[in-house]
Amino acid sequence: MAMSLAFHIIFAMVGIGMPLLMVLAEWKYQRTGEPVYLDLAKRWAKGTAILFAVGAVSGTVLSLELGLLWPGFMKFAGAIIGMPFSLEGFAFFTEAIFLGIYLYGWDRISPRAHLWSGVAVAFSGVLSGIFVVIANAWMNAPRGFVMRDGVPVDIDPLVAMTTPAAFPQTVHMTLAAYAATGFAVAGIHAYLLRRDPRATFHRRALEIALLIAVPASLLQPIAGDVAAKAVARLQPAKLAAMEGQFTTERGAPLRIGGWPDEEAAVTRWSLEIPKGLSILAFGDANAEVQGLDRVPRDDWPPVAIVHVAFQVMVALGSYMALVSLWVLWCRWRRRALAEQHLLLRAIVVGAPMGFIATEAGWVVTEVGRQPWVVQGVLRTADAVTPMPGLIVPFVLFSALYVFLGVIVIYLLRRQIATSPREPRRPRDARGATPPASTVAPPRPAGD
Amino acid sequence: MESVLTLPALLAGIMLLALNAYVLLGGADFGGGVWDLFARGPRREQQRALIGHAIGPIWEANHVWLILVVVLLFTCFPPAFAVIGTELHVPLSLMLFGIVLRGSAFTFRTYDAQDDGVQRRWGLVFSLSSILTPAALGICVGAIASGAVGRASTLGVVPFAARFVHPWTNPFVLGVGAFSLALFAFLAAVYLTVEAGNDAELQADFRRRALAAGVAVFVCAFGTLAMADAHAPRIIAGVMRSPAALPLQLATAAAALLAFGALIARRYHLARIAAGAQVSCIVWGWGIAQYPYIIPSTLTVHDAAAPAITLRLTLGVLAAGAIVLIPSLAYLYRVFKGRRSAFDALEESAAPRGE
Ligand code: HDD
Ligand code: HEM
Ligand code: HEM
Repeated sequence: MAMSLAFHIIFAMVGIGMPLLMVLAEWKYQRTGEPVYLDLAKRWAKGTAILFAVGAVSGTVLSLELGLLWPGFMKFAGAIIGMPFSLEGFAFFTEAIFLGIYLYGWDRISPRAHLWSGVAVAFSGVLSGIFVVIANAWMNAPRGFVMRDGVPVDIDPLVAMTTPAAFPQTVHMTLAAYAATGFAVAGIHAYLLRRDPRATFHRRALEIALLIAVPASLLQPIAGDVAAKAVARLQPAKLAAMEGQFTTERGAPLRIGGWPDEEAAVTRWSLEIPKGLSILAFGDANAEVQGLDRVPRDDWPPVAIVHVAFQVMVALGSYMALVSLWVLWCRWRRRALAEQHLLLRAIVVGAPMGFIATEAGWVVTEVGRQPWVVQGVLRTADAVTPMPGLIVPFVLFSALYVFLGVIVIYLLRRQIATSPREPRRPRDARGATPPASTVAPPRPAGD
Repeated sequence: MESVLTLPALLAGIMLLALNAYVLLGGADFGGGVWDLFARGPRREQQRALIGHAIGPIWEANHVWLILVVVLLFTCFPPAFAVIGTELHVPLSLMLFGIVLRGSAFTFRTYDAQDDGVQRRWGLVFSLSSILTPAALGICVGAIASGAVGRASTLGVVPFAARFVHPWTNPFVLGVGAFSLALFAFLAAVYLTVEAGNDAELQADFRRRALAAGVAVFVCAFGTLAMADAHAPRIIAGVMRSPAALPLQLATAAAALLAFGALIARRYHLARIAAGAQVSCIVWGWGIAQYPYIIPSTLTVHDAAAPAITLRLTLGVLAAGAIVLIPSLAYLYRVFKGRRSAFDALEESAAPRGE
């Protein structure tokens, strides 16, 4: 399950971010009439198609895996938290329908309708992400039911959906999707610009990608801080693990880096900023931060994993935010980005960071909640399927995912390899372009 | 049978409606994959191209019907989902495997057409997984209908095979798997006769395939029915007991004959409607035969239902969703399946080619 999720999340993020990029490109085309934007929109749409298909099938696996691997969890939680999943189902529908129209409808509907189909894809992509993260937030801060004799009663799905963890998590996740996708796309085009600095195609692509990546990356640390404040309130054990805070104290320091030693219950080799954690988590230098000593030893999450994952996320997030500030500065000084070689290189380096930060962030959320599946209510061990030999499907699905991942990278490389090196004259929008086949036509009929 | 319109029954009905839509739409997409494998003769490549064009824009939307079924199942009937997820672990995993491979292989094939060797391999993966998935889906349905699912869970500790294998490995269940496969292939072939538009030769190809698949459907139907007596007594009992069952059986037979006749008479649009009606009657026939059980003999729709508030809210979500969904779907089908058939699009795209 975690494996499937870790795989799915990459494609889901792209499914949130890419439609916005392609819509922006198409919108620019309709505003300016510059063919390069149309070319861009079409190429991005093609990449989106590949990634979306893999996202859709891996998502299907997830929805069934909930039942296959966690029958106990679903029996417990289905009635409470099925609501966001149902809503998500409709968001998928809209997304899949309009993506089909967008991809295959270039010459079948009016440019306006086409653009709006793209908007519908982008919008429903965000919505589906939000709904599923609400379900996850509920696992972190379960609401909307009362436990009686081990069964949930007085269920109220609406209260469950408005769990206090939902707002910070959904905002943080949506920004993550934009920051990660934006940076990845910007990185690819920055790389190609360094090889071919005059290519208008890549300049325009870089501009649009940064238009998304920069604001999202700048807002992300703020949203992360809001998320951390929520964790401090709702899941003190998780916060303690994130920060390697073993003892309860007032004016707790912020630890940067380091390695928590669970046996000795100390965090070694970290850089400590006095009172930093109390300020960040509670906005008060002398606030008390609960340590793991308040949690029974058996209920500790794996501290080292959570702490390191959190440090990785914050480090990468800070890097992305700094690069974004640099971009803004160049803009402000009116310097052409394509000539800033150092900046381009920094963007290339940042290309995978959003995705790595996301995976790290999910490790913080999920592993930090252990040993609970539903915080304080249902233990992971009680939710798992009684089926023996789970290693077999696990290995099979993992192999399948690795295989798909390799193929997707291979295909995207081929797409990128055929990107135009020189500004050129693409065919006009409604001309001879067959559906979804500007570059790679489906097999020609009659060959 | 008195109070048919309870909330749980209503939601179970909506679930069956979604499954029906999935079979009619998504099922045909899988059937298309089957015909991709069996593309033969001089027009082999045209056949494949037509299949690709017919399912390209819509398969992802069609696929969401299945997701809707799953989501409704775990929201509204969580215990049923838990039982199914446990005992049908193996066939469901196989189905997932097929779903993943089918979708990705199809997309990879569509978007990576530079190299013919690579493309052919994707085509093979696409079509083989299009066979695996319907068969596995049919096996799951058959296992539920046979009443074998859920029995082991009530026995306490049982050996691995008794719990995870036996429920879905009797001749009846495997027969339902074959039946589903034949049904989906039949649907696809019938739809493709319409999609072929005014290419008479291509149309004839798919007409022959539709007739052959129709015969296979008949054989599988009677074969499974013959085995139902021994392996799925509940279904037979349900068919006998329910007042709605007999008319549905008659309607199925009538629709099947009509579809066949229309194919023979080359009335393709009529054949499409009849084939769709036939398949829908089969789905509803199954549902009605096992009502009020969701897992026959252990769990009724009412026992498995989530609390009323969840069901009511889900109903609200469904209503709100339908407001968005129905116009969107109508638009999708109007754009791609409207006046111009996939064949016309094919011709257009085949004419001026090359960057
Ligand atoms: C581009 C990706 C990205 C970046 C740059 C950051 N994060 Fe993050 N973070 C995520 C992507 C992410 C995520 C993958 O989206 C998570 C996992 C669960 C969630 O809701 O968001 C997450 C979770 C998450 C949580 C746990 C929420 C919970 O368990 O309820 C906290 C406290 C933070 N983040 C804090 C931060 C801070 C202080 C950052 C400072 C730079 C930061 N994140 C950057
Ligand atoms: C990329 C996103 C995610 C990743 C990488 C991830 C990863 C993980 C990990 C590592 C665990 C702990 C595994 C263990 O200790 O045994 C876990 C648990 C779990 N997660 Fe996630 N998760 C993600 C998102 C989600 C979401 C969105 C949901 C549900 C809506 C979810 C549902 C669960 C459930 C039910 C468990 C309990 C089983 C368990 O503890 O392993 N996860 N996940
Ligand atoms: C970690 C959080 C998750 C996020 C942000 C997320 C988001 C998304 C998005 C944006 C899509 C659209 C398809 C794409 O872009 O490739 C998608 C697809 C899908 N997701 Fe997730 N998802 C998450 C976890 C899950 C979980 C836990 C489930 C299982 C219940 C799930 C089930 C699905 C399904 C069934 C699809 C396919 C929909 C289709 O056919 O269009 N996702 N997801």
